[in-house]
Formats: sequence, structure tokens, C-alpha cells
Amino acid sequence: MTRRGRLDVRVVSVLGALLAATLAALVASVALGEFSSPPLGVVATLAGAGDRATNFIVLDLRLPRALTGLLAGAALGIAGAVFQDVTRNPLAAPDVLGVAGGASLAAVALIVFGSGSAVSVPLVALAGALTAGTALYVFAWRRGVHGYRIVLVGIGLSVFAQAGIAYVLAKGRIFEVAQAYVWMVGSLNGRGWAQVWPLVAALVVLVPVLYALGRRADVLALGDDVARALGLGVERTRLLMLGLAVGLTGIAVAAAGPIGFVAFVAPHISRRLARVRTAQGLLALSAATGSVLVLLADLVGRLAFSPHEIPVGIVTSILAAPYFLFLLRRGTA
Amino acid sequence: MLLAFSVVASLAIGSIQVPFGEVVAAFTAYDGSDAHAIVRDLRVPRTELGLLVGAALGAAGALMQGATRNALAEPGILGINAGAAFAVVIAIDVLGVGSVAGYAAFALVGAGATAAAVLALGATGRGAGAVSLALAGAVLTWLLVSLTSAVLVFDAQTLDEFRQWVIGSIAGRDAGVALSVLPLIAAGLVIALGAGRSLNALALGDDVARSLGQRVGRARLLATVGFVLLAGGAVAAAGPIAFVGLAVPHIARMFTGPDYRWVIPYSVVLGAVLLLAGDVLGRVVARPADLGVGIVTGLLGAPFFIWLVRRRKLVAL
Amino acid sequence: MNLEARGLSVGYGEADVIDGFDLVVPTARMTAIVGANGCGKSTLLRALARLLKPRRGTVLLDGRDISELPSKEVARRLGLLPQSPVAPEGLTVEDLAARGRYPHQGLFKGWSAEDEAAVEAALAATHMTDQRGRALDELSGGQHQRAWIAMALAQQTELLLLDEPTTFLDLAHQVDVLDLLDGLVHERGRTVVMVLHDINQACRYADQLVAMRDGRVHSAGAPSDIVDVAFIADVFGLDAQVVEDPVTGTPLCLPLSQPRRTRCTS
Repeated sequence: MTRRGRLDVRVVSVLGALLAATLAALVASVALGEFSSPPLGVVATLAGAGDRATNFIVLDLRLPRALTGLLAGAALGIAGAVFQDVTRNPLAAPDVLGVAGGASLAAVALIVFGSGSAVSVPLVALAGALTAGTALYVFAWRRGVHGYRIVLVGIGLSVFAQAGIAYVLAKGRIFEVAQAYVWMVGSLNGRGWAQVWPLVAALVVLVPVLYALGRRADVLALGDDVARALGLGVERTRLLMLGLAVGLTGIAVAAAGPIGFVAFVAPHISRRLARVRTAQGLLALSAATGSVLVLLADLVGRLAFSPHEIPVGIVTSILAAPYFLFLLRRGTA
Repeated sequence: MLLAFSVVASLAIGSIQVPFGEVVAAFTAYDGSDAHAIVRDLRVPRTELGLLVGAALGAAGALMQGATRNALAEPGILGINAGAAFAVVIAIDVLGVGSVAGYAAFALVGAGATAAAVLALGATGRGAGAVSLALAGAVLTWLLVSLTSAVLVFDAQTLDEFRQWVIGSIAGRDAGVALSVLPLIAAGLVIALGAGRSLNALALGDDVARSLGQRVGRARLLATVGFVLLAGGAVAAAGPIAFVGLAVPHIARMFTGPDYRWVIPYSVVLGAVLLLAGDVLGRVVARPADLGVGIVTGLLGAPFFIWLVRRRKLVAL
Repeated sequence: MNLEARGLSVGYGEADVIDGFDLVVPTARMTAIVGANGCGKSTLLRALARLLKPRRGTVLLDGRDISELPSKEVARRLGLLPQSPVAPEGLTVEDLAARGRYPHQGLFKGWSAEDEAAVEAALAATHMTDQRGRALDELSGGQHQRAWIAMALAQQTELLLLDEPTTFLDLAHQVDVLDLLDGLVHERGRTVVMVLHDINQACRYADQLVAMRDGRVHSAGAPSDIVDVAFIADVFGLDAQVVEDPVTGTPLCLPLSQPRRTRCTS
């Protein structure tokens, strides 16, 4: 975003618009729902002086849920941006490359075969994501990690995870299987403060590091040879950044399940909105885009067929498809 | 040779071991015993189906990899599996269909409709014909998968039935299923075996192929039709089976080189062998239960694929 | 600033592409590496730039083994421009030049006045100052190369290594880039080593020519000293006449054609 002290006007203004949209979506998420709370009541609650009913709905239910969505969306958006930037491949993203698949496999196995609880499932999911990420890096490594190989290995891992998941789903009892299926799709249902805090912690720790590495990512984008000639430790930087991205993905998936395609689509949308020239700019925009996407998807999921609630992961997947259709018609991928 | 061996293995092995001699006897001197009954009534149709489906998948993969010049092309690429799955889910949920034959019929319709939609979409997009097709396929796959999930999340009963089908398996299908997809797969195989020359030309790039007198659009269309027949037939009969269509042409190429006139026949045979082998493995490993062949290929196919990817000098897609 | 290769052997996989290579790069001069395809020119350049690890032998930078120096230090002294470099969409000339400052920046050091000055100087030296805001993909071939050279210049290294900087450019742009590099050497005292596939260009511009054949040095020296008919035959496998270039006085290679009757075999 900053270049020689001058801010890139377009990127900043788009970021501002996205942040405003995020805020609006957040407010809407808190105010709207099955029981519509009058706006004044919401404000009163936020100021600490609302009535008990509104307090409960806003503070215990909607606000933490919306925040979970916002933070998970940001984390996924950033993870996707890092993957695509570092591998120089627009097709790369943790949800496509099996990281989310690994998390799902672990979580689903626990839910169906073990006794999953609100604490153990996220932990297991995180472990699954980290394992898959490690496998991805190790298998793709061959004197370095290059763009296409990592995509191909990721596809292989993803299919492996899918097969495992199909097996688990087929073997378990339908009750647990149905539960596992809902988790697997990505949902914000029942997410509360217990999910928010770990997300906050992760973002606060990991994101600044990634941001600081932005300059290195910019050099990396010039090609391995040039980057090395400029003195960059190419493999080290890639490993570090990918590792952080996998961590972010793991925590987001642990909190809300693998919300489909947010990580994949957010960087693409960001690049369309503004001609982003630096890694830091892309990170910021993707985070905001991811947040907006998830919040909007959740709103739609909650309100469109009220009182039935469509899990947010389904809404994002359904929305992602037409976007790519649009890309197809424009002739670029 | 390998083929014969796998056929025999398929007939002989299972939750009840039938010695080779008995297998032969079941055909030559049928005596109504349990063992013979198992061989003839259960395992023969299963083996037949396995041969058919495996051959279809192998040929389908080879056709698509040639037509799109994409080494990653595989039966799922045109959204066929996703379309079939969605159709099956709708059949179960909305229409209450419960039989394997019913699934097969709907799966076929779903596969065909999706392929048609993808072709229509792919043709309207700008950009290279091959890339557009894959992208359109990906788009439709996502859409259908999410719609499928949408239904399944709300209807646990449908999920209960669907999850068995979606594994991909040649068990529990009687001879009728094999017979019903036979004409489709046969037609597809005919197209595939005849497509060798045109695929060789396509492999050189559209421009070069045209200058060699190859009708590029037509060749690709024909290949796609053949592909739909084969992959559609396969998924209708056995559900979505991962990796066979993807890996088999690569293995075939290791023996035959890039000449599609050889790759395709080899893929047909290898596909059948691999599928039967996977099925047998599924029976052996999880005795007395039966791991569907789709799971075996998914779990084993992935490491193989990764090994493949590591081994070759990668070319850009 | 001294760059030297001693007994260098480099290879990919099983075979050695370069074997037992000795070379001293003369300071403040332009050195051109020539040879037939596949003789190891790019490999040599990459080994000199520390992108490839040698199997035997060493590359010495100012007398020290280059593989033992910290990468940023090497990057402050030696810059590389590979063949057909890639850049992300939308990158402007300025942005690219700015990234050349990386070896001089630390994790917490922001953008300094020094960096600013270096970029300005680089843009001025390559005559790209008025193109600074344009995106790389909009530039012509020659401008594109000059933008990358500006990046290497912003790096402020004494040594500049270029791998076939003129391939894929049309004649006017080729001359443009080579003249620029010539100016860098003779007016600003930099040392340039470049791989060239055009022997006549190499003769025109290089102070020192290094000819490679089968991974070894065939000969090295000033063009007018070493380039003759035997040289062309040995290094390129070509029958040619060598005359004096009427414009610059350097050797000019004129390939001899086969008489038309004997060209196609049946």
C-alpha cells in the first residue's frame, strides 16, 4: 500500500469502502434476524443499557456470531491471498489444496467415531489443518516448492481427504453423520464468544508478521532467480508465509468449519476491485473482502428462508460459482 | 494376462474364499452349492460391471486428457459426477427413489444434462477452447456440489441413503444395471478407440492440428460425446469413483509413450484391471465387510498421484 | 570488485554442464560470453550469480568464496537479470525499480532518502524517468528491458550479470539496450558480464570475449585478438569469413552459404 511514503489512493479508497461495508454488514447481522430488534434497542444494548431480552439476543447470540464470521472471513481471505501470492498461482488456496480437507477429515472422524465436543472438534480440526499443510509442503518440496507442483499435490491431498470423509460418512450412524455433515459445510450456527477469542488471538499474532513480510513477498513475486539475486532467502520466506497461512486457515476452520471458497475467491475479487501492486495491499483488501463475503453470506443464509437457516458455507459456495462464470465470460482465469 | 488374473481374482476372493478349482467348476459343473451360487450370481455380475466401468473410466480419462491437452483431466472434469450426484439426491429427496436401478437412471440423466450445460457454457466463453471447458466444468461442479449439500444438510434421511451411493462401488448391482449401461459404454468405447489419430493431432496444438487438416472443433466435440457416454455410464452404474480416469492414462503412457492410438486401448484394459483390483482389495482389507472401490481408489490413488507429480519434470498446465 | 571462477564444475542431474572452468572477469569492462546452444553459457552465468551450487571449484568475489558470503551482501555487489523475467500484473516501472533496493533494506528500516535517490538515479540512467508510472506490460520490448535494468541499477551493484538481454528484441531495441550497457561500463565504471547469442554484437560491444565450447573455455580475450575464421569454425561449427566491421573496426562474421545446388539432400 505504501510506496515511498505515498499511499496508493485507489487501494486505500477501496479498502475504506470495504471496511465500511463490513461494518454495515456487522450492524445488519446484529440487528436483523428471526426476532428483529429495534435499532434503538440494539444501540442501547451496545452502550450497556439495554433490556435483558435484547441484551441476550445481541450480546450473547448475534454479536459473537457475527464477529466469528467477520474474523474467520478475514483469516481465510488473508490465507488465500498469501497462498496465491507466494505460489504465484491464481488457482492456489488452502481450501482447494487440501488444507481445509484435512481439517474436515479430522473433525468429521471425531464427530462420527468419537465423542466430539465444542472444545475437541475445533482442536482436532486445527490439528488436521496443520497436518495437511505439512504434508502439502513436504510432498511438494523438491529442491524447493514451485507453483504448479504444490497445486497438483494439493489436489491429490484434497481427493484423499474426500475419500476418507466419504468413508467416515458411510460408516457412521446417521445421527452423528448428519451432525458431521453440517459442520463440514461451514456454519456459524451456535458460534459464540468461545470462538471469537481464539480468532482474535490468532489474527493479532499472525497477521502483523505476515504484513511485515509483505516486502519480501513483493521481491518473491519477481521470480526465484531475481529474488535470490536480490538476496532473499527464497525457500525460507515461502515456508514461513505458507506456514502462517496454514495456521490462519486452521484456526478459521476450527471456529466455523471450512467455509467454502472464501479463501479462493477473496483475493481474486480484491484484485478486480483495485489494481493491487503490493503484497501488503492485497492482504488488507483480501481480509476485508473475506469479512464482507462471510457476513453477507450469513445474512442471506439466515434471512432468505427464515426461519430455516442455510449454513454460511453453502451460501458462499453458491455465490462463488456465478463469479467464476463471470470470469469465464470475460476470458480470463 | 493381467486382465485375466484380475478377473479370476475378482471371482475368487471375497468375504468367503472360493478356491480356484471351484470357480472353474461353477461354470463347468454347476451344482447349486453356496460357493457356486456366490460365484455365478453375485460375483460374475459384479466382475462384469467392474470390467465395464473400469474400461469406461480408463477410456474416458484418456479421451479427455487428449482432447483438452490437460494431463489432469479426468471424469469429474465436466461436472459429470457432481451432476449425477445432484440428480440422485433430488431423486431420493423429492421423488423417493430407493433402488439402485433408479439411482442409475437419474445419475445418467444428471450426468448428461450437466455435460450439455458445461459444453454450452464452455463454448460461449472466450479463451482457448480447452481451458474454457475445464473452467466451466469447475464452475458447474461447485454449484451442484453446494446445491447437493444444501439439500443434504436439511434432510438427514436423504443423507443416509445418499452417503452409501456416493462412495462409488460395484457391489450390490445386479446384471440388469450392467446391461443398461452397456450400450452407452460400448458406443463410447467405439468412439474412443477410433479417436487415436485425431487426438495425436490435437496434441500438437490447435493451430498445428488445423494445418495438418484436422477438424479441431469436430474432433473435440466427438471426443466429448464419447467421454460423456463413458463417464456418464460409469457414474450411473457405480457412483463416482475417483482417480481411475485420472491415473490410468498416465500409467498407460508410461508403457506406450504419447501415441494415442496405443494409449487408449491400453487405458481401457488398465482401467478394467485397476478397478477390479481396487474392488478386490476393498473386499480383502475390510473383511468381512466391503470397502467400496471408490474409497480404495481415493485413498490409494492420492499417494500414487503425488508420487507421479514428484517424479516427472513438471510441465505447465 | 573482482569476480573470478576457479576450476568451476556445475551440472544438473548426472552430467556436468561446465567442467573445470577458469575465468577472471575484468573490472570496469564489458565481458561477453558466447558459444553455441547448449554449451553452458546460461549455466555459467547462474553459477557466477550464486544461483547454482558448483560441484567442484569455486566462484570468488573479491577473493572470498561467494557461497560463504551472506546473500544480502552478495546482492549488494552483484546484480542479475535473467532471461525473460516475469513480473506480476500491473507493476509499474517505479515499483520494479524500488524493489531493487531490497538488499539495502532491513526488516524495520522504512523507505529512506538513500533509497529514493538510488531509484531516481536508476530511472535517469536508463532514460525511464518519464515512463515511471506506466505498467510493465504496456511497454515496448526495449523499454521493458530498460525497466529491468533500472531495477538492477537501483540495486547499486558494481557488477551486473545479464542473461541474453537482447533476445526477442527487434534490432533497434537491441542496439538501445546494448548502448545503455556500454554507457554503464565506460562512463560509470560498472562491470558487466552478459551472455550473448549474436557473435557480431558481442564483437562490437565487448571488451573481453569468453568463448565456450562443451562446458570449457575455448578462448578468452579481446574480440579483435581471438576472433578469426578458425575461431568461428571451432566455436560455432560454421564456415565463415571474418572481415573488419566498417563502422566499428571490430571483427565481423559473415557466414558462408552453401552453393544453392547442394542445399537440399534429394
